[in-house]
Amino acid sequence: MLSTLSKIARISQTRFLRLSHSAAAAKDAKPKKAPAAAVDSPSFVMNLFRGKAVTDQVFPYPLNMTEEQKETLGMVMSPLEKMLIEVNDVVKNDETSDIPREVLDKFAELGTFGVLVPPELEGSGFNNSQMARVAEIVGAYDLGFGVVMGAHQSIGYKGILLEGTDAQKQKYLPDLATGRKFAAFALTEPTTGSDASSVRTRAELSADGKHYVLNGGKIWISNGGFAEVFTVFAQTPIKQADGSTKDKMSAFIVERSFGGVTSGPQEKKMGIKGSNTTEVHFDNVKIPVENLLGKEGEGFKVAMNILNNGRFGIPAACTGAMKHCIQKTVDHITTRVQFGKKLEEFGNVQEKLVEMISKLYATESIVYMLSSNMDRGIKEYQLEAAIGKVLASESAWHVCDDAIQVHGGMGFMRETGLERVLRDLRIFRIFEGANDVLRIFIALTGAQHAGKHLAAQTSGVGGLIGLAVARVTGGNTGSNFGQVVDASLQDSAKALDQQIGLFGQTVQGLLIKHKKGIIDRQYEMHRVANAAIEIYSSAAVLSRATYAIKNKSSSADFERKVATYYVEKAMRSSNRYLKDAGNASDNETKVSTIASLAKEVCGNGGLTLQHPVEL
Amino acid sequence: MKILVGVKRVVDYAVKIRIMPDRSGVFTEGVQHSMNPFDEIALEEAVKLKEKKLATEVVAFSLGGPKSAEVLRTALAKGADKAIHVQVSDAEAGKLESFHVAKTLQKIVEQEKFDAVFLGKQAIDDDSSQTAPILAGLLDWPQALYASKVEDGGSGHMKVTREIDGGLDTVKVKVPFVLSADLRLNEPRYATLPNIMKAKKKPLKNIPITELGIDISPQTQTIEVTEPPVRQAGGFVEDVSALVAKLKEKGFVKA
Repeated sequence: MLSTLSKIARISQTRFLRLSHSAAAAKDAKPKKAPAAAVDSPSFVMNLFRGKAVTDQVFPYPLNMTEEQKETLGMVMSPLEKMLIEVNDVVKNDETSDIPREVLDKFAELGTFGVLVPPELEGSGFNNSQMARVAEIVGAYDLGFGVVMGAHQSIGYKGILLEGTDAQKQKYLPDLATGRKFAAFALTEPTTGSDASSVRTRAELSADGKHYVLNGGKIWISNGGFAEVFTVFAQTPIKQADGSTKDKMSAFIVERSFGGVTSGPQEKKMGIKGSNTTEVHFDNVKIPVENLLGKEGEGFKVAMNILNNGRFGIPAACTGAMKHCIQKTVDHITTRVQFGKKLEEFGNVQEKLVEMISKLYATESIVYMLSSNMDRGIKEYQLEAAIGKVLASESAWHVCDDAIQVHGGMGFMRETGLERVLRDLRIFRIFEGANDVLRIFIALTGAQHAGKHLAAQTSGVGGLIGLAVARVTGGNTGSNFGQVVDASLQDSAKALDQQIGLFGQTVQGLLIKHKKGIIDRQYEMHRVANAAIEIYSSAAVLSRATYAIKNKSSSADFERKVATYYVEKAMRSSNRYLKDAGNASDNETKVSTIASLAKEVCGNGGLTLQHPVEL
Repeated sequence: MKILVGVKRVVDYAVKIRIMPDRSGVFTEGVQHSMNPFDEIALEEAVKLKEKKLATEVVAFSLGGPKSAEVLRTALAKGADKAIHVQVSDAEAGKLESFHVAKTLQKIVEQEKFDAVFLGKQAIDDDSSQTAPILAGLLDWPQALYASKVEDGGSGHMKVTREIDGGLDTVKVKVPFVLSADLRLNEPRYATLPNIMKAKKKPLKNIPITELGIDISPQTQTIEVTEPPVRQAGGFVEDVSALVAKLKEKGFVKA
């Protein structure tokens, strides 16, 4: 048992190294070492996989902006909104598939392209929570513009900000923060999508050791057409201890002016059309060695650090988009009359609206939990960030879809301005980590963590007997919800606690049953991830509502009701996902049915169905 | 020319105003506030004059509660060189009248020797439109109210254009003078993040009202604040003759 379980940990780590990205994980994955010791994690979601409620990063709600930070943010919010209305034309951007450079220059003046860069380097010196609020506003008005902004600063030059040397920062950040130059993040290639470490672009050191010579092609690069600074990921040959060389990914800062950098035409896309998306090609580009970003061979780590760090921008933008859709919905249902009543008087319309509000509330609660945790220096938030991205992009999609539905035929019309938002939102479930891959990443990273602990536990004195007892009794989550959740929300907290316990048991059951094979149990892992999303978002919601009640927020009572509504529903879903995932005998049949149906159609090269009219 | 610009912190123009249940005023707690839009225009004009080298220094002024410092910092971010906050309590701020503001401005002008005071033509909260003329009276300075264009008038004068019913009125005022800004005078610039950051280093002087020895006891009493009447739903008429008949019936046209 011990050996198999620890192997699960190792195998899933090496196999999912492409997805997992903390420095610790990379270190643990060193080959042929004794099983890595089970390390305690401060992350709520990590512990969830062990059936434990570790709430330090969740309670009390960590948002803690100083008065000065709030004031500065407040000062820039209204000019930003005004500019998004008066200077930027979202409809035109969508129609022409372009955002004019003059418009970008105006926003550059406002300081929106250097939000997180310190003032010494000509940036605005905001923290992540302030940045999230900015991204939220942009998301409410123009998601395409949001992508230009995000591609530039959340990923394009984020690597320089996070991993750059002082010289690199001094050289590049002032121009980038002020929008004098734009940046892009170049990772994706024709054969490299979700599997990020499989890039083929190569950089080899020149004979004199002064340059790397870069060759290869990248696709779907946001800002690719006009960016002048690229963060590029390429394979570099690395000498191994045994004298052989092995290709490993490295990150580079590449300037268009180095020569040999070309970009293709603007891609024709479904949405976010205003954002520029092109191929970028590198033909014998000479990169000075000092433009290596991070250490040679550690490009994967750099990429994951950037993506992980910038990930909260997506839920923030989605939060803004949801607010926009909700406002449109309210405007419509309070004026539109059908069957002699305003739409707002119909129960089904009310339910749709409340569903939108609760989804928004959950997403927003996660956004500012995540950003403030990052602001207070918490390093382990990869699973929480992944959950935020998945939940936000899907919530926003459903909110916008429902907003269109409530608008009826009017919702389908361009003029209403919702169809564009729906088209724009579609990509958010795909890019920056496809939601399907992120789900498996969440489930397997968590399961691996639980697996290590399980292995350590079974080798201890109590051994298997103790484990069996714990399983039967359901174990204790060790939660402190009684103290940290407001008294009026204790029923919700109890339901949450119960699901955390069930989650731990379910994961443990799956680990014991499938052992290392768990990495191929996507049917169960998908459901486990869904339950994790419901549970973490509920915890965030309860924390936020408790915070509002404690601070006597003007909407405290409203928030209490929304929180109760959300958690009740989320816990019902979680229970169903976990029951599904843990139903071993049923799942065998279901999984094999799915596999055989899919195999038959794929083997046939298309549908095998006979048409009912037999023609 | 040293210009003093008055900027008032008011409930943001986009906020839906809610009346307090006891009808004593409107809700201001937890409500988005910003600089009075007409004051923004006055400030922009002063900053523009400085950029044209017609003014040497622009100082922003606000009389109000502790949070008025926010609009002063916005003013600094938009180009004011210094700021003066004459502070009262929040309770007192709600009861200030144009007369008190003019009195305070007069004191500051006399203490710090300004050559012009630029104000918005009115604040969007109480719509009094009184401060500029009262101040001109107190200082015994010429006034140019509702300005839509400000130019150098030569030999120590400014030429100010005002929009009046049916045309434009151009006045030449001798410096020092009081100006109030109308809507079409200019389009104020945005406060940019880099400038907001730089503004943090600009001086903002806080003076408690008691230090100036100005009496701010109210001269008026608010009896009641109510919502404007809700517009009654209209009705449809069959044709023009029915419409005319209805209008006659209601007495809107002569029978």
